[in-house]
This record gives sequence, C-alpha cells and structure tokens, in this order.
Amino acid sequence: MMLRFDPIRLPPECETLRREVRAFLAEEIAAGTFDPHRPGHGDSHNREFSRRVGARGWIGMTWPKRYGGHERSHLERYVVTEEFRVANAPVRLHFVADRQSGPILLKYAPEHIKLDILPRICRGELCFVIGMSEPGSGSDLFAAKTKATKVDGGWRINGTKTWTSNAHIADYMLGLFRTSPPTKENRRHGLTQFLVDMKSPGITVNPIIQMTGQHDFNEVVFEDVFVPDDHVLGEVDGAWKQATSELAYERSGPERFLETFYVLVELIRALGTDPDRRSAEGLGRLVAQLHTLRRMSVSVAGMLQAGKEPVVEGSIVKDLGTLWEQKLPHRVREIAAFLAPEAANRTSLEEQLAFAITVAPKLTIQGGTTEILRGIIARGLGLR
Amino acid sequence: MARESDHIVAETAARIFADLADPQTVNRAKDGTWRTPLWRALAEAGLALAWVPESLGGAGASMADGFEIVRTAGRYAVPVPLAETLAAGWLLTQAGIEAPAGAMSVAPASPEDRIGVGPDGTLNGRARRVPFAQEAGHFAVLAEGAQPLIALVHAGQCRLDEGRNLAGEPADAVSFDQVKPLKSAPAPARVDTTALMLMGSVIRAMQTAGALETVLSLSVAYANERVAFERPIGKFQAVQQNLARLAGETAAALAVAASAADTIAEAQAFDEAVRLESASAKIRCAEAATEGAAIAHQVFGAIGFTREHVLHRFTLRMLAWRDDFGNESWWAAELGRHIARRGADDFWPLVASR
Repeated sequence: MMLRFDPIRLPPECETLRREVRAFLAEEIAAGTFDPHRPGHGDSHNREFSRRVGARGWIGMTWPKRYGGHERSHLERYVVTEEFRVANAPVRLHFVADRQSGPILLKYAPEHIKLDILPRICRGELCFVIGMSEPGSGSDLFAAKTKATKVDGGWRINGTKTWTSNAHIADYMLGLFRTSPPTKENRRHGLTQFLVDMKSPGITVNPIIQMTGQHDFNEVVFEDVFVPDDHVLGEVDGAWKQATSELAYERSGPERFLETFYVLVELIRALGTDPDRRSAEGLGRLVAQLHTLRRMSVSVAGMLQAGKEPVVEGSIVKDLGTLWEQKLPHRVREIAAFLAPEAANRTSLEEQLAFAITVAPKLTIQGGTTEILRGIIARGLGLR
Repeated sequence: MARESDHIVAETAARIFADLADPQTVNRAKDGTWRTPLWRALAEAGLALAWVPESLGGAGASMADGFEIVRTAGRYAVPVPLAETLAAGWLLTQAGIEAPAGAMSVAPASPEDRIGVGPDGTLNGRARRVPFAQEAGHFAVLAEGAQPLIALVHAGQCRLDEGRNLAGEPADAVSFDQVKPLKSAPAPARVDTTALMLMGSVIRAMQTAGALETVLSLSVAYANERVAFERPIGKFQAVQQNLARLAGETAAALAVAASAADTIAEAQAFDEAVRLESASAKIRCAEAATEGAAIAHQVFGAIGFTREHVLHRFTLRMLAWRDDFGNESWWAAELGRHIARRGADDFWPLVASR
C-alpha cells in the first residue's frame, strides 16, 4: 500500500474559531470552572460546562443541522478538540458522544431516535459510554458473551461489561451484545450493536478505582434489561461489518498524543529562557516529534473531511501518538534531572510528572492496544 | 498541497531512475558506465536544474515539483549529485546567477562551517562533508562578510580533501584559499547560512522519506516471500509488529518532510514557520532513518547484510544523510533553545500555528 500524508493546512475559518475557543476557555478558567495546570485534580466532567460548550455549537460540529449539528468541517472540529485537550478542560461528559457515539447513531439509528437523541448530545446534555470489554474479552471483542435474547417488542440483555469508563455518569451506552453464536466460517458473526438507556431497570453500575486513585472505570451488570427493537443499530448479528469505519475518527485525533502534553509546557517553564545544551537538545527532539504527530493527525483529519476512510493512517497516528505521550513524562523527568533546585515551578512540575507517569500505562491500552493497532497496520501492509 | 503537476514531474523522474539507475542494476555494475546516460537524461529532462528559472538556464519548475524530484530520487537511492545540483541551482537563483550545466554541489554543507568573503571579493574558508564535491564541476557558495555573497566557483579553484560517507559516496572537505568566484552577487537578506542549512535539511528529509518508502515495500515483499518454520515470516506476529513500526516511521518521515517542503514552497522568507518545520523534519527523519534501517535489516536477516543485496543502498544512504546540513542533535539543540527563548506560554500557539 501507498502511505500518504498530505500537508493539510487549517483554513482561515479555523483560526477565527481557535480565537473564540481560547477566549471561551480563558473565561471558564477565570471563573474557576477548572484549573488547566492541575490535571487529575477536580472533576474531569462537568454537566454545566458541557452545556455551555454545547451552547457555543462545539459539540456535534460536523453533523447535519437537522439533528442539532452545525455542518462544520472536521478541521474545525479538530481545532476545538485540540484547544480543549491542551487546556485540560473537563470534556469527559460529552466527548465520547461527540467523537464516536453520535457518528454511529447518525449512520445506523432509526430517524425518530436520531431526532430525539442527537440534538441533546449537541446541547451537551448526554453522556455516552462504550460497552465493549467484558471480564472474559477485551481486545478480542468478538469473544463477547453478554447476551441479548429476542422477546416480544425487543430484547433482554444479561451479562457483564467491564472497564466501562464513565458508566457512573452515563445516560446511554452503545453496547455490543451477542444475539447469535459465532459460525464456523465467521467467528465475528452473531454480535449486534444496541443503544441502551442507562436508566433501564436491571442495570447495576459498580465502581472500579484505577491505580491513579481516580474513578473512571466501572463494571456494568445487566439483569434482564429490556431494550426495545428500535434501539438495534444496524444489522442484527452483523456488528462486525460496522466496526471499522469509525476507527479512524476514534484513533487519529489530537487526544491521542496530547494527553500528557502539560508536562512539556511545564518543563519549558522550568528550563527558563537559556537552557544548557543537553536540555535544549532533549527539548528540541520532543518538539520535533510532537510537531510531526500533529502534522500527521491533521492530515488524517483532512482525509476524513474528504470523505476517505484512512483506517491504516489513523491507526499509525494512534500507535505513534500514544507511545509518545506515554514516554513523554519519562523523557521530561530525565531532562529535568539537573534542574536547579530553586527553579520556580519545580513543585508543580514534580506534581504533574507524578500524575502523568501514573496515567501513562493506560494510554497504549485504551481505544485499541498497541498490539491490536499494529495488527491493523500489518493487515493494511498486506501481511495478513 | 499536492497538485497534478507534481505527479507529472515526479513520474518523469521515476521513469528515468527506473530505466537508467535501477538500484539492482547499479548495485551489480562493475563500473560507472551507467552514470553518463543517467546524468544526460536528467539534464535533458530539466530535472537537475528544476529550481532554476528558464531565464537563468533552468527548467523553472515549482518548489513543490523540485521537492518531489528529490523524494523520488530517495526512493531509487539515486547515486549521482542530483539533489546537490538542485540545491546549488536554487542557491544561485537567489542571487540571479545563471546556472552552468553539469553537476554542482553547495558549500557550506555543515552549520558550523563558514566561508568568508574578503574585501577583494575572494573567498576563504573550509567546508567539511560537502556531498559529491569531487564529482562537481562547480560549487554554489554562500559566503559571509560585511556584504554576504552568493558565488559560483569553479571546482578546480578549490583544494579537496576527499572523503566518503557511510554509503561510500563522496563527502569531501573543500578549502577556499583566496578563491576568485566566476560570478558573485549579494545574497538577499533572507538567504543566510542558516537558510541554506534549512533548505539542505528539507532536501535530505525528503530523500530519507523516499528511501524509507522503498525500504518498507522491499521489507514487506520479502516478509511475504521468505519462508521459515513452514510459513512466510510475515505471518509471525513478531515480524508483523516490527513492520508496523517501520510503516509508522515511514509515515512520520513522509508527513513531516512533505509538510516542511510545502512550508518552504509557500513561504516568502525563512521565517519562524520554516525554521520549526524544517528543523523538525531533519530531526524526525533522522530518527526515522535510525529506527527504520534497524528494523529493515532485522527483517532481512543475513541476506540484507550483504554487498550483493540492494538494501544497504537505501539504509546506508539514509543513515549518512543524517549528518548533512546539521545532524539531528545539532538541530534539536537549536530548536530547543528557540522554544525556550519564546517561553512556555508561547509554545502551544507556535505548534498550533502549523
């Protein structure tokens, strides 16, 4: 295959938008909504904040106006995403719905559901979660066992999903459930994608505390949970056909290399205006690597805007990007090793490093592990 | 942005390389008889002086076209001073000096070297690692002084200490001792030694990206053919993971080099955007060369370590290119200092501006 990453430049309307977003974030920071310099402190979700973001028209930006969207470009959405990420803004409530649940609903949900739910996502009112992993299946998502059994007017779900981020604050789940056994010819057959109202009777959400001390993961137990027929998304038993095209959206965005970005900014602050040569060289390499990742990621956004499905390119961005953001706090720590003890922001750098280093292991696991991504890339290269 | 014309020029270049500089054929050749027809074809197609306007004796191609020629040359590991002649033609053009026919190179080729211009207009100084100097008929020189000059120098006027890079290509020290240029003209303010280094760096980045493209496709093809333990080695996950990493390094090199080339093509001056993009391209492409060469050799095993196999034509060249026009450590220190001077709060706005 030919790899192609054209040098896409953001058009002028993106820079106007960027100024608006920065002004909005500055106001929110000034009002005390969140502290951009203390990631990991305070809530990463905030219902009122998400509503204000929605009111500005920055959720569902690329979706049709008919569903509450704004018919803006993927490049404009890109600018909003990266500015929010860099500011450590609390977007957790609406981000999954904006990035991937909404696009799936747009493609597969019946019209009346789209008209009901999508405008509420755009207003920042709804939190979506992804119901894929189970106690017995993670990366191997086609091994899912949680069952949906056909009943009059709908389906009954029984089983357990796990590592479900945000389930404790979620309004809806897009879940993958087993509607038929796999066949001999196709082990991916038999799973169906459903929209599940998290307030449905029979759902229990149990918290799982992460090693950072944060609560993000949950176990979600389904006991005879009823889901109506019109909540089936796409083809019954055929979810595997629907899974691939969304991946590029999920995998190539700025959130796939900017998660620990704050430590780099803090390092620059600590080094001051005249760093020694060793520090300058270490910093320069990180800058070159970051610039490269961003140019790749913007290029993929350009391909999405052009209606392409850059699955391999998107996977490459996430593979390189997540490894980079995972290694970043460790590289910053090495560069900062010989900092003067009296460097002004030493304490905040150390605090941020402690948090980033603790978060780092998850970055190459969530949303498709390094190993899975490389399998996808290898397939694209014609190796499997 | 890629335009249709890029493809036409690059396709012409690719056709000439495939016909007259096929890496396999060149690798097997006992002598250099392939050289003359190759250079003649490149000159006739206007590729060597692509960046020189017609009024100064060149082909008047766009900057984007020229960079595509360079990337294509990388894809074929072209072993003649095409990139160097392109760079020299570009430099002469900046001062409106007509370009001669034949191979050229540029001096200096290292950011720590300086050629000075004396009050009598003669050139003095020493430029190390000048690529293909011993094959060049002329040098395009950027000389510093009270009035910086761009000069065309006859190669015979200079003393050469011959050297070779990792790939065995000429990389010579060129000494200028009261050398009187054939022609010279004041360098415009925007073209200084740093600008020449940035230009050279992006040329090397594009060549590296092209070489990596070929290294990737050769490696994938070999992994699909070579059988071990009763299956093609490309069926083993460990090998697949390595090749996926190689694809990632290739993608990174392609993206950052193309972005820098596009930036130079669109820029009016060697401004901050060009500096960020070009330095990043040199740094990241050098890193990709290091990683990519190691992975490719691992995939090929012993056969890839032989003189007979073409792999080294690509891997050794891209490793050698790391050292031209400022190596990645030098540029990283420069870039790091620049970022530090701007300060923490200006960092993200700079990254986001590109």
